[in-house]
Amino acid sequence: MVKFNRFTLDNGLRVLVHEDTATPMAVVNILYDVGARDEHPDQTGFAHLFEHLMFGGSVNIPSYDGPSQAVGAQNNAFTSNDITNYYITLPAANLETAFWLESDRMLSLAFNEKSLDVQRNVVCEEFKQRYLNQPYGDVWLRLRPLAYQVHPYRWATIGKELSHIEQAQMDDVKAFFARYYVPENAILVVAGNVETDRVKQLAEKWFGPITSRSKYLRQLPAEPEQQEARREVVYADVPLNSLYIAFHGPARLEDGYYAMDLLSDLLSRGTSSRLYRILVKEKELFSEINAYHTGSIDGNLFVVEGKPLPNVTLEVAEEAIWNELNRLKTEPVTDYELDKVKNRIESTMVFAEMAILEKAMNLAYFELLGDANGLNREIDHYFVVSPDDIQQQAGRLFRKENSSTLIYITDKYA
Amino acid sequence: MLDRVQHPPYHPVTGLDLIKPQEITFSNGLKVFVFDSGEQDLVRIEWIIGHLFSQENQALLNTGVCELLPEGTHTLSSAQIAELIDFHGAFLIPELGYDQSSLTLFSLNKHLEDLLPVIKDMLTNAIFPEKELATYVRNNKQKLQIALQKNNFVARRLFNKAIFGSIRYGYVPEMLDYDELTRDNLLSLFRQQYRPSNCTLVISGKITESVINRLEHLFGSNWVNQDDFACAERTPDVPTPEEMLTVDIREDSVQSAIRLGCLSIQRCHSDFPGLQVLNTVLGGYFGSRLMTNIREDKGYTYNISSGLVSLKHSAFFTIASEVGVDVTAATLREIEKEINKLRNEPMSEEELSVVRSYMMGSLLGSLENIFSHADKFKNVYFSGLGLDYYDHYTSVVNTITPDEICCMANTYLDYDKMIKVVVGKMETT
Repeated sequence: MVKFNRFTLDNGLRVLVHEDTATPMAVVNILYDVGARDEHPDQTGFAHLFEHLMFGGSVNIPSYDGPSQAVGAQNNAFTSNDITNYYITLPAANLETAFWLESDRMLSLAFNEKSLDVQRNVVCEEFKQRYLNQPYGDVWLRLRPLAYQVHPYRWATIGKELSHIEQAQMDDVKAFFARYYVPENAILVVAGNVETDRVKQLAEKWFGPITSRSKYLRQLPAEPEQQEARREVVYADVPLNSLYIAFHGPARLEDGYYAMDLLSDLLSRGTSSRLYRILVKEKELFSEINAYHTGSIDGNLFVVEGKPLPNVTLEVAEEAIWNELNRLKTEPVTDYELDKVKNRIESTMVFAEMAILEKAMNLAYFELLGDANGLNREIDHYFVVSPDDIQQQAGRLFRKENSSTLIYITDKYA
Repeated sequence: MLDRVQHPPYHPVTGLDLIKPQEITFSNGLKVFVFDSGEQDLVRIEWIIGHLFSQENQALLNTGVCELLPEGTHTLSSAQIAELIDFHGAFLIPELGYDQSSLTLFSLNKHLEDLLPVIKDMLTNAIFPEKELATYVRNNKQKLQIALQKNNFVARRLFNKAIFGSIRYGYVPEMLDYDELTRDNLLSLFRQQYRPSNCTLVISGKITESVINRLEHLFGSNWVNQDDFACAERTPDVPTPEEMLTVDIREDSVQSAIRLGCLSIQRCHSDFPGLQVLNTVLGGYFGSRLMTNIREDKGYTYNISSGLVSLKHSAFFTIASEVGVDVTAATLREIEKEINKLRNEPMSEEELSVVRSYMMGSLLGSLENIFSHADKFKNVYFSGLGLDYYDHYTSVVNTITPDEICCMANTYLDYDKMIKVVVGKMETT
């Protein structure tokens, strides 16, 4: 149970406070309701590039990191297809410094040309490090556009291609800031060794004066229902063949989300899970295999990926995966097996309460979904899922016409 | 009018409240350290096994034993163990270090009664079944094959080999080494090392009397040291590194992995905390000299960092990055410049004070929950030190002078004498 207090400033900024006196630290987490899905198709990777620029100095403070380090803070941020999340962890006595720094960059950035120049390069190197200079690194650059044809989830957070980042201009940066980095579009969570009254005072002092601007209303094109199986084969300089099958699944707040999540656990969480037990251990077809979903707010992708052993043809490998998926459609899971994955969820949630940063991020995310208290009700949603729900959800997901298959064929033996 | 330019008042971190463990010795001599606190009804239990080397090239055997422990015992199959762990929502994680292996159980208290006997069974009755071994070898060879295509991974291997040669710390497994793993070798190493006298138990979380009693029953009175399998510890002779520059050309690379470094001092050396300050200045935090110059000024990389690693019989200092292939040589030149600057010019008090605050803040921040208190303890305990090491550490961090840091740089960092590894491409200069 993660308790919290909640209030909203006049400018629309939502503030949540979680008091935890077991730690000497405090964390200030700001979630901005903007991600790669909000980008223009010709300027992809921009939300993430912008995240880098948020560290390049704000209107009154030339460097974000300098003062942050000087008070013993650690900070970082991440961008996803849905959100951009910034956090700073510091000794609780220095909490006000976090308010000073975070409020100034919500007020306005310095829009420094040198910072834009350098961060374009840094992000290009990040692109290369993570997506180009690794075997299978470009999976998501291929799988997303194969599975999504209309929705902006069709590009990865890093962007479609290097050139989109290379071409980013300062005017675009300014427009992006004006549109998305407004109090109404942010959720501030303060957690740790803090008192709500003090947080309220600091929030009023530092964030209160920021004028409210209009909140951007998101209107994204819906992905039409997929009608036929899609397939892409890549011959690449990779050591082994590799197989990815992606299915469209429910959105975060739709019915069926929890059943889908449990399905991924049944298939591949832990060494007793089905795919590992049957396809790796018993039938000896794969060296590794995984099932997971993207955990997105809009329509998710449920992915099964595996690397068949060298003596196993891709046809056999693919059929073996489908056999396991089909079994979930035709045979109900036992109560025992379903309890097993629910127990795992329960313990994971208790362990997540050990860290203030994790609690703060979770509160912000659930507040974005509609109500931070959803975090505390989350486990109930899992407990009520029945074997019948699992079977029905499997039936909706695991259809050929709902699938996009990506295959890497090694050119090693060509 | 709110002054947004002026920094709010700064409160330095003054003291640390380190939690001291309750120390228990079980009836078989097993050393146990208990860290009890926390609101959540959960525990983390670590069985830490010291590596005893009869040959310097046996590291893969250590790995194999640790990772294959959950693959079957006289009474439970691999599948049964997996079911028991997963059904109780627990996490069982084998972890390999240079000098130790550990098996860590994360569990809710309510399931411990069902899980502890399973761990006991694994630690005393593991049988390393042929079939599971074959699967393990097959899958790990595949993983290695993939990893060998990552420049960063290859650079780390080449670096370890170059700096430590044929002793244990320089060992890196090759594909063929996996084929040499046999059930007999695994069993004999298992019998030598997995014994109470070679194990340390660290328990953290909400620890009740009954948990301790249960542990004493299973891992104290019912776990016997079998002396006939004892093995004496040998001390490796750390060689003087020879190969100074290794370049492994990968024509299709868009980035080069760079790794350089040298042998260094261990945690028990009185200069160690000072060298950690120097390491932080050079590459140990986001505002470090290397990050500021090579990422934030030049944009050559997404990340560059340095680190100091203290081992049981040695220590090393290392710098690592992945940079655009066209700026590989330029990056090395900048690293050289930064090291020489630290050797030639005392840093400003201003920069040093940022580093002091940063290090104190991150020390405080690393004590977030009871698990982290246990981690802090392990760091010093296995270096033969006590928790008072942190008093020494904080005092050095708060009082070391720019001249002393400069002196450290001259003693411990010499670019010309560093081992250098590049995997990718390097333009000739």
